[in-house]
Amino acid sequence: MVAAPVVLAISLGYLLLLFAVAAHGDRRGAQGRSVIGNPWVYALSWAVYSSAWTYFGSVGRAAAGGIWFLPVYLGPMLAMLLAWIVLRKMVRIAQTYRITSIADFIASRYGKSPLLAAAVTLITVVGILPYIALQVKAVSAGYDLLVHGADQPAPPRATWWQNGTLAVTLALAAFTIVFGTRHLDSAERHEGMVAAIAFESLVKLGAFLAVGVFVTWGMFDGPADIWARAQAFPELQSLLRLGGGEGAGAFGHTQWFAMTILSMFSVLLLPRQFQMMVVECVDERHIRRAAWVFSAYLLLINIFVLPLAIGGLVHFGPGGGMDPETFVLSLPMAEGATALALVAYIGGMSAATGMLIVETVAVSTMVCNDLVMPTLLRLPGFGARAGGDVTRLLLNIRRAAIVAVLLLGYAYYRIAGDAYALVSIGLISFAAVTQFAPALLGGIYWRGGTAAGALAGLLGGFAVWAYTLMLPSMAKSGWLPAGFLDGPFPLLAPEALLGMTGLDNLTHSLFWSLLVNVGLYVGLSLSRAPSAREATQALLFVDVFERGGGAAEPAPIFWRGRARLEDLVGLATRLLGPLRAQQLFQEHAAETGAASVEAITADARLVDRVERQLAGAVGSASARVLVASVVQEEPLGIADVIEILDEASQLRVYARALEEKSLSLEAATAELRAANEALKSLDHMKDDFMSSVTHELRTPLTSIRALTELMLDTPDMEEAQREEFLRIVVGESERLSRLVNQVLDMAKMESGHAEWRIADVDMRALVSDAVRLTAGMFDERGAQVLMDLPATVPVIRADPDRLTQVLLNLLTNAAKFVPQEGGRAEVVLRAGTGDLAVMVRDNGPGIPPDQRAAVFERFRQVGDAATRPPGTGLGLPISRRIVEHFGGEMWVETAPGGGACFAFRLPLDPEEGAGGGGKRWASRC
Amino acid sequence: MGIKVLIADDEPNIVVSLEFMLKREGYEVIVARDGNEALEAIRRERPNLVLLDGMMPGLSGFGVCEAVRADLSLGGTRILMLTAKGREADVARGVGAGADAYVIKPFSTRDLMQQVRDMLA
Repeated sequence: MVAAPVVLAISLGYLLLLFAVAAHGDRRGAQGRSVIGNPWVYALSWAVYSSAWTYFGSVGRAAAGGIWFLPVYLGPMLAMLLAWIVLRKMVRIAQTYRITSIADFIASRYGKSPLLAAAVTLITVVGILPYIALQVKAVSAGYDLLVHGADQPAPPRATWWQNGTLAVTLALAAFTIVFGTRHLDSAERHEGMVAAIAFESLVKLGAFLAVGVFVTWGMFDGPADIWARAQAFPELQSLLRLGGGEGAGAFGHTQWFAMTILSMFSVLLLPRQFQMMVVECVDERHIRRAAWVFSAYLLLINIFVLPLAIGGLVHFGPGGGMDPETFVLSLPMAEGATALALVAYIGGMSAATGMLIVETVAVSTMVCNDLVMPTLLRLPGFGARAGGDVTRLLLNIRRAAIVAVLLLGYAYYRIAGDAYALVSIGLISFAAVTQFAPALLGGIYWRGGTAAGALAGLLGGFAVWAYTLMLPSMAKSGWLPAGFLDGPFPLLAPEALLGMTGLDNLTHSLFWSLLVNVGLYVGLSLSRAPSAREATQALLFVDVFERGGGAAEPAPIFWRGRARLEDLVGLATRLLGPLRAQQLFQEHAAETGAASVEAITADARLVDRVERQLAGAVGSASARVLVASVVQEEPLGIADVIEILDEASQLRVYARALEEKSLSLEAATAELRAANEALKSLDHMKDDFMSSVTHELRTPLTSIRALTELMLDTPDMEEAQREEFLRIVVGESERLSRLVNQVLDMAKMESGHAEWRIADVDMRALVSDAVRLTAGMFDERGAQVLMDLPATVPVIRADPDRLTQVLLNLLTNAAKFVPQEGGRAEVVLRAGTGDLAVMVRDNGPGIPPDQRAAVFERFRQVGDAATRPPGTGLGLPISRRIVEHFGGEMWVETAPGGGACFAFRLPLDPEEGAGGGGKRWASRC
Repeated sequence: MGIKVLIADDEPNIVVSLEFMLKREGYEVIVARDGNEALEAIRRERPNLVLLDGMMPGLSGFGVCEAVRADLSLGGTRILMLTAKGREADVARGVGAGADAYVIKPFSTRDLMQQVRDMLA
């Protein structure tokens, strides 16, 4: 037992710590160093799902039904598999259209219907109040247990002011007001609150694991020991099997399935989950990480549920009078581990307070925006055209709603607190919020859903839920006459509608309520075409990823009419406060390129922007009403909607076309640049070539001109002298012809107009002739030429003159490059199996490997321009072209001793080409 | 002591014509076949005028010209550049290297002789 003041002091101390964490979070957020902007904090904040219901109730349920506590956690884990698809879409929609609650989400989807928003809010309040009461009860029950001891039945309830529960509730209201209504714009994040919730998630997990470890290894000898000792109790046998307790016989597949589905929806649709997962999401990419962190969290917090339940039953004895829902506290207490019991109590409190805070923020936003605001807007003194800043009023409404919701929860607990077991309360709430599933999920994937369908489905499903689940549970706890369960007629018995038996009450209720809900939703939606407003919202929601409005593709704006800037400024100032309003219009001015706020055109874009901003503060339905009241709108028909869509898609097409154009322009520019570079380089080569040709032409011309002029001016020239001059003139003329021919030759070959005269060629004779023709050149340079010819070689089909041209070119080159003394060249002819090869080696300087490819390029003369012998740069390119024409190849290597070895091979049959299987002669150089 | 003229050109036929032309005018003619030989001959023979081909194997005519101008002891040597490259860049290069005159091949023998006479006057 622990003294009451100690427990109270510790509780309030914990709450103070929470204040500190939240204040830190808010401060960091204000400094721009947000602590919630990371996937881990985001994931931990999701764990607000594990409320006191988990903390205490799971053990209770496990003690009653074995593994039946599990579906409530399997569902969310399954839902997490779909998180990236469904949740991300919800987040994108909510953040694009500044949606702040689940009521707002559904109402906004169906044409911003205020009626729908109110209906969702009412269902939430009715469905969630018991759940809130449950949290209060958990804190209170824990307190009683700690203060009054485990073995005693709780004393008659103390008067309310003596109980710490009210104090805790009020402290929570204070916390929620401070951190949950910091700013009016609910679409903005509550940094401090999220930080505190994430912190609480750690606390409750740590506390639960601590108790689990203590019981499993402290009081028992590990899980196996607990199981072994449970064998001694026949009552516990059923818990240890999959058969489960409740079905008594076969495993209840249907019920298992129903509960899994139920919790799968709840994890997305509970107001606190929507708040944490959707509204407080900083970055949708965090969802990926958060989904598995959250799953892991659920796994961890459930690990010790069964050991605790069975351990408790073994310890206290089945039916030992101890409520299994208190095992988390009573087991440490029974062992005298008071400190651990206090830790466990704090853990339970963190589970309860986390849920209370977030649920209250979410519900109070809904109550304020979707119940109070629409009522206020109808009041004459409050309409949109009335003056005065109402931001403070709105915040106060929200604060009052927080206090009201919490106090209602407390009152509910005081009145009905002992009536239900924790787990059944939780499941009843789950079933209530599951009614949102058709309208919400249908709304983001099906364009056909209408407001009438959604409203009818919600109300119908809710009515069936109330009749088959809520009211029977009240009847069972004695609030309603027991005869209620029999129904007015047997066919209308609340737990056996139309005579359906064999299902447990939860599955039964879920089946009928969802059947009615989906039936009405789909049926009514299909029966009438959606209105223009419904259709546009459907489009914006379903196609949010396509039309949500990235920077490149503006979202279509479904609004036409006339607005005055002053009216919009006035409205924004009134609802957002002067500061935020000014900021809003300045941003708009900057984005549209207006010189000042006064210069803004009051067009559809501005109206849409103001409306979205207001939606963040008062909800989309109220924002719609407010904006509509200050502007002159043209009602949109479906045809207008289609027209606007066409315009938008036209714009998109233009934008895309423009992008493509600019891409292809870029490509074309790049191509042109490359072509220009190539041309420049070609131009440069031509210049060099022309310069080279000019030089070659000028040299013989110089001799011819000089000598003929001299002869002309010297009539008395000696005969011998004249003769020598004439001989030189003839030689130089020949040289000129050769050069001109070569240039023409190259040009012809380039253009494919060369003439080829094919005949049988004996290479032996051809090589000998060529050597004889060049012998003079070698003699001049004092060099010798050797021939290495086989006795016979096969005849080939080729143009003998062209081949002679090749050989002369190679021999002339060799003669030019051999050293002045001891110059030596060698011509080798070889016959392979399918080809002939000719090699011309010299003992000149050779050609460096990196220039070997260049020597065959046109106009390219390798080596130092100043020292190399003159040439046209055409000889080798022409030679190579000739060889290639006959299917052969030409290359250059290093000759033994360092000179150059030019070689070519020709196939015996040109048709076979160069790869004709002949031996490669290159290695013989 | 007559006037010495050095012909530096690797084209034998051009040398033939220049040699005939100069000898007819009564000058003493020396011949060099490439740049190095030309520079050597200039240092040894101290010719009054050099007819220098721009493009020669080994040391080019421009190189010879620069070397002569760099050597103060050869200050009196007059240089007439002959080149088959007529582009302005080559003219500028020749002048930059320190040539006194620049004649483009093919040349008129009369004009060339007039130029030679003027330079030796």
